[in-house]
Amino acid sequence: MKIASNELQALQPARPLAFDVGRLRGDFPILARRVHGQPLVYLDNAATSQKPRAVVDAEARYYAEYNANIHRGLHCLSEEATAAYEAARDRVQRFVNAARREEIVFVRGTTEAINLVAASYGQRLRPGDEILISAMEHHSNIVPWQLLCERSGARLCVAPIDDAGQLRLDEFERLLGPRTRLVAVTHVSNALGSINPVAELVALAHAHGAAVLVDGAQAVPHLKVDVQALDCDFYAFSGHKLYGPTGVGVLYGKAALLDAMPPWQGGGDMIRQVSFARTTYNDLPYKFEAGTPNIAGGIGLGAAIDYVDALGLDAVAAHERDLLAYATARAADTPGLRLIGTAAAKAGILSFVVDGVHAHDVGTILDRAGVAVRSGHHCAMPVMERFGVPATVRASFALYNTRAEVDALFAALARVREVFA
Amino acid sequence: MNPATDDLRDLYQEMVVDHSRRPRNFGRPADANHHAEGYNPLCGDRVTVYLRVVDGVIEAVGFEGSGCAISTASASLMTEALKGKTPAEAEALFADFRALVSGTAPGGGAAAALGKLAVLAGVQEFPARVKCATLAWHTLRAALHDEAEPVSTE
Repeated sequence: MKIASNELQALQPARPLAFDVGRLRGDFPILARRVHGQPLVYLDNAATSQKPRAVVDAEARYYAEYNANIHRGLHCLSEEATAAYEAARDRVQRFVNAARREEIVFVRGTTEAINLVAASYGQRLRPGDEILISAMEHHSNIVPWQLLCERSGARLCVAPIDDAGQLRLDEFERLLGPRTRLVAVTHVSNALGSINPVAELVALAHAHGAAVLVDGAQAVPHLKVDVQALDCDFYAFSGHKLYGPTGVGVLYGKAALLDAMPPWQGGGDMIRQVSFARTTYNDLPYKFEAGTPNIAGGIGLGAAIDYVDALGLDAVAAHERDLLAYATARAADTPGLRLIGTAAAKAGILSFVVDGVHAHDVGTILDRAGVAVRSGHHCAMPVMERFGVPATVRASFALYNTRAEVDALFAALARVREVFA
Repeated sequence: MNPATDDLRDLYQEMVVDHSRRPRNFGRPADANHHAEGYNPLCGDRVTVYLRVVDGVIEAVGFEGSGCAISTASASLMTEALKGKTPAEAEALFADFRALVSGTAPGGGAAAALGKLAVLAGVQEFPARVKCATLAWHTLRAALHDEAEPVSTE
Protein backbone atom coordinates (compact mmCIF):
# COMPACT_ATOMS: atom_id res chain seq x y z
CA MET A 1 0.00 0.00 0.00
CA LYS A 2 3.00 2.29 0.15
CA ILE A 3 3.73 4.34 -2.92
CA ALA A 4 7.29 3.53 -3.93
CA SER A 5 9.43 6.44 -2.83
CA ASN A 6 11.46 6.39 -6.03
CA GLU A 7 8.23 6.81 -7.96
CA LEU A 8 7.45 9.98 -6.03
CA GLN A 9 10.95 11.33 -6.36
CA ALA A 10 10.60 11.05 -10.11
CA LEU A 11 7.94 13.74 -9.83
CA GLN A 12 10.44 16.10 -8.29
CA PRO A 13 13.13 17.20 -10.72
CA ALA A 14 16.44 18.06 -9.08
CA ARG A 15 15.85 21.60 -10.25
CA PRO A 16 12.21 22.67 -10.35
CA LEU A 17 10.73 23.43 -13.74
CA ALA A 18 10.68 27.11 -14.65
CA PHE A 19 7.94 28.69 -12.58
CA ASP A 20 5.41 29.60 -15.26
CA VAL A 21 2.50 31.27 -13.48
CA GLY A 22 0.52 31.76 -16.67
CA ARG A 23 0.59 28.04 -17.35
CA LEU A 24 -0.11 26.84 -13.84
CA ARG A 25 -3.08 29.20 -13.44
CA GLY A 26 -4.74 26.88 -15.93
CA ASP A 27 -4.52 24.13 -13.30
CA PHE A 28 -7.03 26.04 -11.09
CA PRO A 29 -10.48 25.97 -12.72
CA ILE A 30 -11.93 28.66 -10.46
CA LEU A 31 -9.43 31.27 -11.61
CA ALA A 32 -11.25 31.46 -14.94
CA ARG A 33 -14.44 32.79 -13.40
CA ARG A 34 -15.62 36.37 -13.23
CA VAL A 35 -17.00 38.22 -10.21
CA HIS A 36 -19.36 41.19 -10.69
CA GLY A 37 -18.39 41.13 -14.36
CA GLN A 38 -14.68 41.41 -13.57
CA PRO A 39 -11.98 38.75 -13.75
CA LEU A 40 -11.54 37.19 -10.32
CA VAL A 41 -8.45 38.42 -8.49
CA TYR A 42 -8.25 36.04 -5.56
CA LEU A 43 -6.10 37.49 -2.78
CA ASP A 44 -7.74 35.79 0.21
CA ASN A 45 -5.41 32.82 0.26
CA ALA A 46 -4.62 33.05 3.96
CA ALA A 47 -8.31 32.31 4.58
CA THR A 48 -8.33 29.42 2.14
CA SER A 49 -6.52 28.67 -1.10
CA GLN A 50 -8.09 27.59 -4.37
CA LYS A 51 -7.77 23.97 -5.48
CA PRO A 52 -5.98 22.62 -8.53
CA ARG A 53 -7.95 20.29 -10.76
CA ALA A 54 -5.75 17.42 -9.54
CA VAL A 55 -7.20 17.81 -6.04
CA VAL A 56 -10.79 18.16 -7.21
CA ASP A 57 -10.32 15.09 -9.42
CA ALA A 58 -8.68 13.02 -6.69
CA GLU A 59 -11.69 13.56 -4.43
CA ALA A 60 -14.16 12.91 -7.23
CA ARG A 61 -12.30 9.76 -8.29
CA TYR A 62 -12.48 8.35 -4.79
CA TYR A 63 -16.24 8.82 -4.66
CA ALA A 64 -16.80 7.66 -8.23
CA GLU A 65 -14.46 4.68 -8.27
CA TYR A 66 -13.49 3.25 -4.88
CA ASN A 67 -15.60 4.81 -2.14
CA ALA A 68 -15.55 2.52 0.90
CA ASN A 69 -14.75 2.73 4.57
CA ILE A 70 -11.14 2.17 5.51
CA HIS A 71 -9.25 -0.08 7.90
CA ARG A 72 -12.09 -2.57 8.20
CA GLY A 73 -13.41 -3.99 4.97
CA LEU A 74 -11.89 -7.12 3.53
CA HIS A 75 -13.28 -6.24 0.15
CA CYS A 76 -11.48 -4.73 -2.79
CA LEU A 77 -12.89 -1.20 -2.54
CA SER A 78 -12.01 -0.92 1.13
CA GLU A 79 -8.48 -2.09 0.43
CA GLU A 80 -8.08 0.47 -2.34
CA ALA A 81 -9.49 3.27 -0.20
CA THR A 82 -7.27 2.29 2.74
CA ALA A 83 -4.21 2.20 0.51
CA ALA A 84 -4.96 5.64 -0.95
CA TYR A 85 -5.65 7.18 2.46
CA GLU A 86 -2.52 5.72 4.01
CA ALA A 87 -0.45 6.74 0.99
CA ALA A 88 -1.60 10.31 1.67
CA ARG A 89 -0.25 9.94 5.20
CA ASP A 90 3.12 8.91 3.76
CA ARG A 91 3.12 12.01 1.54
CA VAL A 92 2.43 14.22 4.55
CA GLN A 93 5.22 12.50 6.47
CA ARG A 94 7.71 13.23 3.68
CA PHE A 95 6.33 16.74 3.15
CA VAL A 96 7.15 17.83 6.72
CA ASN A 97 10.02 15.34 7.11
CA ALA A 98 8.58 13.52 10.10
CA ALA A 99 10.73 10.64 11.30
CA ARG A 100 7.87 8.14 11.27
CA ARG A 101 4.49 7.86 9.58
CA GLU A 102 2.88 7.08 12.96
CA GLU A 103 3.61 10.66 13.93
CA ILE A 104 1.10 11.99 11.38
CA VAL A 105 -2.41 12.17 12.84
CA PHE A 106 -5.19 13.20 10.49
CA VAL A 107 -7.62 15.68 12.02
CA ARG A 108 -10.24 18.15 10.81
CA GLY A 109 -7.84 21.07 10.60
CA THR A 110 -5.38 23.16 12.58
CA THR A 111 -8.02 24.09 15.15
CA GLU A 112 -8.81 20.47 15.90
CA ALA A 113 -5.12 19.59 16.07
CA ILE A 114 -4.54 22.24 18.71
CA ASN A 115 -7.64 21.19 20.63
CA LEU A 116 -6.44 17.59 20.56
CA VAL A 117 -3.15 18.55 22.19
CA ALA A 118 -4.91 20.78 24.72
CA ALA A 119 -7.35 18.01 25.64
CA SER A 120 -4.89 15.13 25.73
CA TYR A 121 -1.41 16.43 26.47
CA GLY A 122 -3.09 19.08 28.60
CA GLN A 123 -4.15 16.45 31.14
CA ARG A 124 -0.68 16.51 32.65
CA LEU A 125 -0.96 20.20 33.56
CA ARG A 126 -1.38 21.10 37.22
CA PRO A 127 -2.46 24.26 39.03
CA GLY A 128 0.27 26.87 38.80
CA ASP A 129 1.78 25.44 35.61
CA GLU A 130 2.20 27.89 32.77
CA ILE A 131 1.41 27.90 29.08
CA LEU A 132 3.27 30.48 27.01
CA ILE A 133 1.82 31.82 23.78
CA SER A 134 2.58 34.92 21.71
CA ALA A 135 0.57 38.10 21.19
CA MET A 136 0.19 37.34 17.47
CA GLU A 137 -1.77 34.10 17.83
CA HIS A 138 -4.95 33.25 15.97
CA HIS A 139 -7.93 32.69 18.25
CA SER A 140 -7.53 28.95 17.64
CA ASN A 141 -4.14 29.07 19.37
CA ILE A 142 -5.50 31.13 22.28
CA VAL A 143 -8.92 29.82 23.25
CA PRO A 144 -8.06 26.09 23.59
CA TRP A 145 -5.34 27.11 26.08
CA GLN A 146 -7.72 29.39 27.97
CA LEU A 147 -10.13 26.47 28.27
CA LEU A 148 -7.29 24.24 29.42
CA CYS A 149 -6.26 26.83 32.00
CA GLU A 150 -9.82 26.91 33.32
CA ARG A 151 -9.85 23.12 33.63
CA SER A 152 -6.37 22.66 35.08
CA GLY A 153 -5.67 25.80 37.06
CA ALA A 154 -2.71 26.54 34.79
CA ARG A 155 -1.85 30.11 33.84
CA LEU A 156 -1.67 31.60 30.36
CA CYS A 157 1.32 33.86 29.66
CA VAL A 158 1.62 36.00 26.55
CA ALA A 159 4.89 37.09 24.97
CA PRO A 160 4.47 40.56 23.43
CA ILE A 161 5.28 41.71 19.90
CA ASP A 162 7.00 44.91 18.75
CA ASP A 163 5.62 47.68 16.54
CA ALA A 164 6.67 45.83 13.40
CA GLY A 165 4.71 42.78 14.49
CA GLN A 166 7.74 40.70 15.49
CA LEU A 167 7.89 38.53 18.57
CA ARG A 168 9.95 40.14 21.34
CA LEU A 169 12.53 37.39 21.84
CA ASP A 170 13.87 38.95 25.04
CA GLU A 171 10.37 38.94 26.56
CA PHE A 172 9.70 35.45 25.28
CA GLU A 173 12.83 34.20 27.00
CA ARG A 174 12.04 36.11 30.17
CA LEU A 175 8.58 34.51 30.35
CA LEU A 176 10.01 30.99 30.11
CA GLY A 177 10.26 29.75 33.67
CA PRO A 178 10.37 26.62 35.80
CA ARG A 179 6.57 26.32 35.62
CA THR A 180 6.35 26.64 31.82
CA ARG A 181 5.04 23.30 30.62
CA LEU A 182 3.99 24.19 27.10
CA VAL A 183 4.76 26.82 24.51
CA ALA A 184 2.28 27.34 21.66
CA VAL A 185 3.35 29.71 18.90
CA THR A 186 2.46 30.34 15.33
CA HIS A 187 5.04 29.76 12.62
CA VAL A 188 3.61 32.54 10.42
CA SER A 189 1.14 35.14 11.69
CA ASN A 190 -2.11 35.07 9.75
CA ALA A 191 -2.84 38.74 10.45
CA LEU A 192 0.65 40.20 10.03
CA GLY A 193 2.65 37.77 7.93
CA SER A 194 5.52 37.73 10.45
CA ILE A 195 7.62 34.57 10.36
CA ASN A 196 8.71 33.42 13.81
CA PRO A 197 12.18 31.95 14.37
CA VAL A 198 10.66 28.66 15.43
CA ALA A 199 13.85 26.60 15.73
CA GLU A 200 15.27 29.22 18.08
CA LEU A 201 12.04 29.35 20.14
CA VAL A 202 11.99 25.57 20.40
CA ALA A 203 15.59 25.48 21.63
CA LEU A 204 14.82 28.10 24.29
CA ALA A 205 11.67 26.30 25.40
CA HIS A 206 13.38 22.92 25.57
CA ALA A 207 16.16 24.43 27.65
CA HIS A 208 13.41 25.20 30.17
CA GLY A 209 11.85 21.77 29.87
CA ALA A 210 8.72 22.96 28.03
CA ALA A 211 7.15 21.17 25.08
CA VAL A 212 6.37 23.24 21.97
CA LEU A 213 3.35 23.23 19.68
CA VAL A 214 3.70 25.15 16.43
CA ASP A 215 0.65 26.44 14.55
CA GLY A 216 1.78 25.93 10.98
CA ALA A 217 -1.48 26.78 9.21
CA GLN A 218 0.00 29.80 7.44
CA ALA A 219 3.48 28.34 7.05
CA VAL A 220 3.16 25.05 5.20
CA PRO A 221 1.85 26.60 1.95
CA HIS A 222 4.74 29.06 1.83
CA LEU A 223 7.84 27.65 3.54
CA LYS A 224 9.62 24.34 3.52
CA VAL A 225 8.84 22.85 6.92
CA ASP A 226 11.10 20.22 8.46
CA VAL A 227 9.72 19.18 11.82
CA GLN A 228 12.91 17.33 12.74
CA ALA A 229 15.07 20.36 12.00
CA LEU A 230 12.69 22.57 13.99
CA ASP A 231 12.69 19.94 16.75
CA CYS A 232 9.15 21.02 17.71
CA ASP A 233 7.05 18.55 19.68
CA PHE A 234 3.78 19.21 17.84
CA TYR A 235 3.11 20.85 14.49
CA ALA A 236 -0.43 21.58 13.32
CA PHE A 237 -1.74 22.56 9.91
CA SER A 238 -4.79 22.50 7.65
CA GLY A 239 -5.18 20.99 4.21
CA HIS A 240 -7.35 23.71 2.76
CA LYS A 241 -4.73 26.46 2.96
CA LEU A 242 -2.33 24.14 1.16
CA TYR A 243 -4.46 23.81 -2.00
CA GLY A 244 -6.18 20.79 -0.47
CA PRO A 245 -9.76 20.17 0.64
CA THR A 246 -11.45 21.66 3.68
CA GLY A 247 -12.16 19.41 6.64
CA VAL A 248 -8.79 17.70 6.74
CA GLY A 249 -5.65 18.69 8.57
CA VAL A 250 -2.65 17.25 10.31
CA LEU A 251 -1.24 17.01 13.78
CA TYR A 252 2.40 15.99 13.78
CA GLY A 253 3.61 14.86 17.18
CA LYS A 254 6.79 13.21 18.33
CA ALA A 255 6.02 9.52 18.71
CA ALA A 256 7.21 9.29 22.31
CA LEU A 257 4.87 12.11 23.32
CA LEU A 258 1.89 10.82 21.36
CA ASP A 259 2.46 7.36 22.80
CA ALA A 260 2.33 8.65 26.34
CA MET A 261 -0.77 10.77 25.74
CA PRO A 262 -4.28 9.52 26.52
CA PRO A 263 -6.78 9.28 23.64
CA TRP A 264 -8.98 12.33 23.24
CA GLN A 265 -12.01 10.95 21.43
CA GLY A 266 -13.34 7.45 21.84
CA GLY A 267 -14.94 5.40 19.13
CA GLY A 268 -14.26 3.01 16.32
CA ASP A 269 -10.81 2.63 14.80
CA MET A 270 -9.03 4.00 17.88
CA ILE A 271 -9.38 0.79 19.88
CA ARG A 272 -7.69 -2.58 19.91
CA GLN A 273 -10.12 -4.46 22.07
CA VAL A 274 -13.30 -3.38 23.76
CA SER A 275 -15.11 -5.08 26.57
CA PHE A 276 -17.33 -3.57 29.21
CA ALA A 277 -14.63 -4.22 31.75
CA ARG A 278 -11.68 -2.78 29.89
CA THR A 279 -10.74 -1.26 26.55
CA THR A 280 -7.27 -1.16 25.06
CA TYR A 281 -6.30 1.39 22.49
CA ASN A 282 -4.95 1.13 19.01
CA ASP A 283 -1.41 2.01 17.99
CA LEU A 284 -0.37 5.41 16.71
CA PRO A 285 -1.66 7.26 14.85
CA TYR A 286 -5.02 5.47 15.02
CA LYS A 287 -5.32 5.98 18.77
CA PHE A 288 -6.15 9.60 17.91
CA GLU A 289 -8.38 8.90 14.91
CA ALA A 290 -11.73 7.80 16.29
CA GLY A 291 -14.54 7.28 13.83
CA THR A 292 -14.61 7.30 10.06
CA PRO A 293 -12.27 10.07 8.96
CA ASN A 294 -12.51 12.47 6.03
CA ILE A 295 -11.25 9.85 3.60
CA ALA A 296 -11.77 11.89 0.44
CA GLY A 297 -10.18 14.88 2.16
CA GLY A 298 -7.10 12.92 3.13
CA ILE A 299 -6.70 11.61 -0.40
CA GLY A 300 -7.24 15.15 -1.75
CA LEU A 301 -4.58 16.48 0.62
CA GLY A 302 -2.17 13.89 -0.72
CA ALA A 303 -2.89 15.14 -4.25
CA ALA A 304 -2.35 18.74 -3.13
CA ILE A 305 1.05 17.86 -1.67
CA ASP A 306 1.99 16.10 -4.91
CA TYR A 307 1.03 19.25 -6.80
CA VAL A 308 3.08 21.57 -4.59
CA ASP A 309 6.02 19.14 -4.51
CA ALA A 310 6.10 18.99 -8.30
CA LEU A 311 6.40 22.78 -8.46
CA GLY A 312 8.90 22.87 -5.61
CA LEU A 313 8.10 24.83 -2.48
CA ASP A 314 11.31 26.83 -2.87
CA ALA A 315 10.16 28.08 -6.28
CA VAL A 316 6.72 28.87 -4.83
CA ALA A 317 8.31 30.78 -1.97
CA ALA A 318 10.54 32.76 -4.33
CA HIS A 319 7.54 33.69 -6.48
CA GLU A 320 5.53 34.80 -3.45
CA ARG A 321 8.48 36.78 -2.11
CA ASP A 322 8.59 38.66 -5.39
CA LEU A 323 4.85 39.40 -5.18
CA LEU A 324 5.16 40.59 -1.59
CA ALA A 325 8.11 42.85 -2.39
CA TYR A 326 6.26 44.31 -5.36
CA ALA A 327 3.06 44.86 -3.38
CA THR A 328 4.97 46.34 -0.44
CA ALA A 329 6.68 48.83 -2.77
CA ARG A 330 3.35 49.77 -4.33
CA ALA A 331 1.85 50.20 -0.87
CA ALA A 332 4.65 52.59 0.06
CA ASP A 333 3.70 54.71 -2.98
CA THR A 334 0.02 54.79 -2.02
CA PRO A 335 -0.97 57.84 0.03
CA GLY A 336 -3.12 57.14 3.06
CA LEU A 337 -2.26 53.45 3.17
CA ARG A 338 -0.57 52.11 6.30
CA LEU A 339 0.85 48.61 6.53
CA ILE A 340 0.12 46.65 9.70
CA GLY A 341 2.91 44.13 10.08
CA THR A 342 6.30 45.12 8.73
CA ALA A 343 8.46 42.34 10.12
CA ALA A 344 11.84 41.78 8.52
CA ALA A 345 10.90 38.15 7.90
CA LYS A 346 7.44 37.95 6.31
CA ALA A 347 5.40 35.50 4.28
CA GLY A 348 3.08 36.65 1.49
CA ILE A 349 0.60 38.64 3.57
CA LEU A 350 -0.09 42.35 3.15
CA SER A 351 -2.25 43.66 5.98
CA PHE A 352 -3.14 47.34 5.89
CA VAL A 353 -5.54 50.12 6.78
CA VAL A 354 -6.66 53.05 4.63
CA ASP A 355 -6.83 56.44 6.35
CA GLY A 356 -10.40 57.43 7.14
CA VAL A 357 -11.97 54.37 5.51
CA HIS A 358 -13.05 51.30 7.45
CA ALA A 359 -11.67 47.96 6.27
CA HIS A 360 -15.17 46.70 5.55
CA ASP A 361 -15.90 49.55 3.15
CA VAL A 362 -12.56 48.88 1.44
CA GLY A 363 -13.48 45.19 1.16
CA THR A 364 -16.85 45.95 -0.43
CA ILE A 365 -15.34 48.29 -3.01
CA LEU A 366 -12.54 45.87 -3.87
CA ASP A 367 -15.05 43.05 -4.26
CA ARG A 368 -16.97 45.02 -6.89
CA ALA A 369 -13.69 45.25 -8.80
CA GLY A 370 -13.38 41.45 -8.63
CA VAL A 371 -10.66 41.61 -5.99
CA ALA A 372 -11.26 39.20 -3.10
CA VAL A 373 -9.49 40.15 0.14
CA ARG A 374 -10.29 39.64 3.79
CA SER A 375 -11.47 42.61 5.84
CA GLY A 376 -11.82 42.21 9.55
CA HIS A 377 -9.96 41.12 12.63
CA HIS A 378 -8.69 37.87 11.06
CA CYS A 379 -9.61 35.93 14.21
CA ALA A 380 -6.76 37.76 15.90
CA MET A 381 -8.52 40.42 17.96
CA PRO A 382 -5.54 40.87 20.33
CA VAL A 383 -3.38 41.73 17.30
CA MET A 384 -5.89 44.38 16.21
CA GLU A 385 -5.90 45.79 19.72
CA ARG A 386 -2.09 45.86 19.81
CA PHE A 387 -2.07 48.05 16.70
CA GLY A 388 -5.06 50.13 17.77
CA VAL A 389 -7.18 49.31 14.73
CA PRO A 390 -10.62 47.69 14.69
CA ALA A 391 -9.84 45.74 11.54
CA THR A 392 -7.45 45.55 8.63
CA VAL A 393 -7.66 44.71 4.97
CA ARG A 394 -5.55 41.67 4.19
CA ALA A 395 -4.29 40.65 0.78
CA SER A 396 -2.58 37.27 0.89
CA PHE A 397 -0.73 35.62 -1.95
CA ALA A 398 -0.56 32.12 -3.34
CA LEU A 399 1.50 30.44 -6.02
CA TYR A 400 -0.97 31.40 -8.78
CA ASN A 401 -1.06 35.15 -8.12
CA THR A 402 0.62 37.60 -10.47
CA ARG A 403 2.03 41.10 -10.44
CA ALA A 404 -0.88 42.08 -12.71
CA GLU A 405 -3.22 41.02 -9.90
CA VAL A 406 -1.29 43.19 -7.46
CA ASP A 407 -1.81 46.03 -9.94
CA ALA A 408 -5.55 45.24 -9.99
CA LEU A 409 -5.59 45.47 -6.19
CA PHE A 410 -4.02 48.91 -6.23
CA ALA A 411 -6.25 50.11 -9.08
CA ALA A 412 -9.24 49.10 -6.96
CA LEU A 413 -7.73 50.89 -3.96
CA ALA A 414 -7.60 54.05 -6.04
CA ARG A 415 -11.35 53.60 -6.52
CA VAL A 416 -11.74 53.52 -2.72
CA ARG A 417 -10.21 56.98 -2.54
CA GLU A 418 -12.59 58.21 -5.26
CA VAL A 419 -15.66 56.99 -3.39
CA PHE A 420 -14.47 58.55 -0.15
CA ALA A 421 -12.90 61.62 -1.75
CA MET B 1 -20.81 52.34 -16.98
CA ASN B 2 -20.04 49.10 -15.24
CA PRO B 3 -23.07 47.88 -13.24
CA ALA B 4 -20.77 46.90 -10.39
CA THR B 5 -19.58 50.48 -10.00
CA ASP B 6 -23.15 51.79 -10.31
CA ASP B 7 -24.02 49.64 -7.30
CA LEU B 8 -21.17 51.23 -5.40
CA ARG B 9 -22.40 54.70 -6.28
CA ASP B 10 -25.86 53.70 -5.00
CA LEU B 11 -24.36 52.40 -1.77
CA TYR B 12 -21.94 55.18 -0.99
CA GLN B 13 -24.15 58.14 -1.85
CA GLU B 14 -22.89 61.56 -0.94
CA MET B 15 -25.20 61.78 2.05
CA VAL B 16 -24.00 58.40 3.35
CA VAL B 17 -20.35 59.38 3.08
CA ASP B 18 -21.13 62.73 4.69
CA HIS B 19 -22.93 61.17 7.67
CA SER B 20 -20.13 58.64 8.10
CA ARG B 21 -17.55 61.42 8.19
CA ARG B 22 -19.53 63.87 10.30
CA PRO B 23 -21.98 61.79 12.31
CA ARG B 24 -24.87 63.80 13.79
CA ASN B 25 -25.88 63.46 17.44
CA PHE B 26 -22.61 61.78 18.31
CA GLY B 27 -22.34 61.45 22.07
CA ARG B 28 -24.54 60.97 25.09
CA PRO B 29 -27.43 63.41 25.35
CA ALA B 30 -27.97 65.09 28.71
CA ASP B 31 -30.37 63.19 30.96
CA ALA B 32 -30.43 60.12 28.75
CA ASN B 33 -32.60 57.57 30.53
CA HIS B 34 -32.17 54.54 28.28
CA HIS B 35 -29.15 53.07 26.58
CA ALA B 36 -27.88 49.84 25.08
CA GLU B 37 -24.76 48.50 23.43
CA GLY B 38 -24.56 46.80 20.06
CA TYR B 39 -21.75 44.77 18.58
CA ASN B 40 -21.10 43.18 15.23
CA PRO B 41 -18.50 40.47 15.92
CA LEU B 42 -17.94 39.93 12.21
CA CYS B 43 -16.40 43.33 11.62
CA GLY B 44 -15.87 44.64 15.15
CA ASP B 45 -18.36 47.49 14.82
CA ARG B 46 -19.51 48.79 18.18
CA VAL B 47 -22.28 51.24 18.93
CA THR B 48 -23.96 52.56 22.05
CA VAL B 49 -27.36 54.19 21.58
CA TYR B 50 -28.70 56.67 24.16
CA LEU B 51 -32.28 57.85 24.46
CA ARG B 52 -34.17 60.36 26.52
CA VAL B 53 -37.77 59.22 26.57
CA VAL B 54 -40.21 61.53 28.34
CA ASP B 55 -43.96 60.97 28.52
CA GLY B 56 -43.79 58.29 25.84
CA VAL B 57 -41.89 60.43 23.35
CA ILE B 58 -38.26 60.11 22.26
CA GLU B 59 -36.95 63.59 23.03
CA ALA B 60 -33.29 63.04 22.36
CA VAL B 61 -31.15 60.38 20.70
CA GLY B 62 -27.40 60.05 20.55
CA PHE B 63 -24.84 57.38 19.77
CA GLU B 64 -21.19 56.59 20.29
CA GLY B 65 -18.97 53.94 18.83
CA SER B 66 -16.86 53.10 15.84
CA GLY B 67 -17.64 51.25 12.69
CA CYS B 68 -17.69 51.20 8.94
CA ALA B 69 -19.21 53.97 6.84
CA ILE B 70 -22.53 52.17 6.49
CA SER B 71 -23.01 51.49 10.18
CA THR B 72 -21.92 54.99 11.21
CA ALA B 73 -24.07 56.73 8.60
CA SER B 74 -27.02 54.53 9.46
CA ALA B 75 -26.70 55.33 13.17
CA SER B 76 -26.38 59.04 12.43
CA LEU B 77 -29.41 59.09 10.11
CA MET B 78 -31.37 57.06 12.64
CA THR B 79 -30.80 59.59 15.39
CA GLU B 80 -32.19 62.33 13.14
CA ALA B 81 -35.22 60.28 12.19
CA LEU B 82 -36.25 59.32 15.72
CA LYS B 83 -36.62 62.65 17.43
CA GLY B 84 -40.23 63.26 18.46
CA LYS B 85 -41.36 59.71 17.70
CA THR B 86 -43.04 57.38 20.15
CA PRO B 87 -41.33 54.03 20.81
CA ALA B 88 -44.06 52.32 18.77
CA GLU B 89 -43.43 54.66 15.84
CA ALA B 90 -39.70 53.99 16.15
CA GLU B 91 -40.30 50.24 15.96
CA ALA B 92 -42.51 50.68 12.91
CA LEU B 93 -39.84 52.79 11.26
CA PHE B 94 -37.27 50.05 11.96
CA ALA B 95 -39.54 47.50 10.30
CA ASP B 96 -39.81 49.67 7.17
CA PHE B 97 -36.08 50.39 7.21
CA ARG B 98 -35.15 46.75 7.59
CA ALA B 99 -37.46 45.79 4.73
CA LEU B 100 -35.80 48.43 2.57
CA VAL B 101 -32.17 47.50 3.21
CA SER B 102 -32.79 43.76 3.04
CA GLY B 103 -34.69 44.17 -0.23
CA THR B 104 -37.92 42.69 1.12
CA ALA B 105 -40.01 45.87 0.99
CA PRO B 106 -43.22 45.53 -1.07
CA GLY B 107 -42.36 46.68 -4.55
CA GLY B 108 -38.72 46.99 -3.45
CA GLY B 109 -39.13 50.72 -2.86
CA ALA B 110 -38.90 52.88 0.21
CA ALA B 111 -41.93 53.53 2.40
CA ALA B 112 -42.80 57.23 2.36
CA ALA B 113 -42.26 57.48 6.11
CA LEU B 114 -38.56 56.66 5.75
CA GLY B 115 -37.64 60.10 4.42
CA LYS B 116 -33.85 60.58 4.38
CA LEU B 117 -33.32 57.00 5.57
CA ALA B 118 -34.15 55.91 2.01
CA VAL B 119 -30.64 56.99 1.02
CA LEU B 120 -29.48 53.61 2.38
CA ALA B 121 -31.58 51.69 -0.16
CA GLY B 122 -28.36 50.77 -2.00
CA VAL B 123 -27.51 48.35 0.81
CA GLN B 124 -29.98 45.85 -0.64
CA GLU B 125 -27.48 45.06 -3.41
CA PHE B 126 -24.89 44.15 -0.74
CA PRO B 127 -26.37 41.39 1.45
CA ALA B 128 -23.18 41.18 3.56
CA ARG B 129 -23.68 44.79 4.61
CA VAL B 130 -27.30 44.61 5.82
CA LYS B 131 -26.03 43.94 9.35
CA CYS B 132 -23.96 47.10 9.24
CA ALA B 133 -27.02 49.16 8.34
CA THR B 134 -29.25 47.61 11.00
CA LEU B 135 -26.81 47.43 13.94
CA ALA B 136 -27.83 50.82 15.36
CA TRP B 137 -31.49 49.95 14.96
CA HIS B 138 -31.19 46.63 16.79
CA THR B 139 -29.39 48.53 19.52
CA LEU B 140 -32.14 51.14 19.61
CA ARG B 141 -34.70 48.45 20.18
CA ALA B 142 -32.59 47.02 23.02
CA ALA B 143 -32.35 50.51 24.53
CA LEU B 144 -36.11 50.94 24.39
CA HIS B 145 -36.46 47.62 26.22
CA ASP B 146 -33.58 48.39 28.61
CA GLU B 147 -31.72 45.22 27.74
CA ALA B 148 -28.54 44.94 29.76
CA GLU B 149 -26.74 42.43 27.52
CA PRO B 150 -25.05 43.90 24.44
CA VAL B 151 -26.93 43.21 21.22
CA SER B 152 -25.06 41.08 18.72
CA THR B 153 -25.87 40.93 15.04
CA GLU B 154 -24.54 37.37 14.81
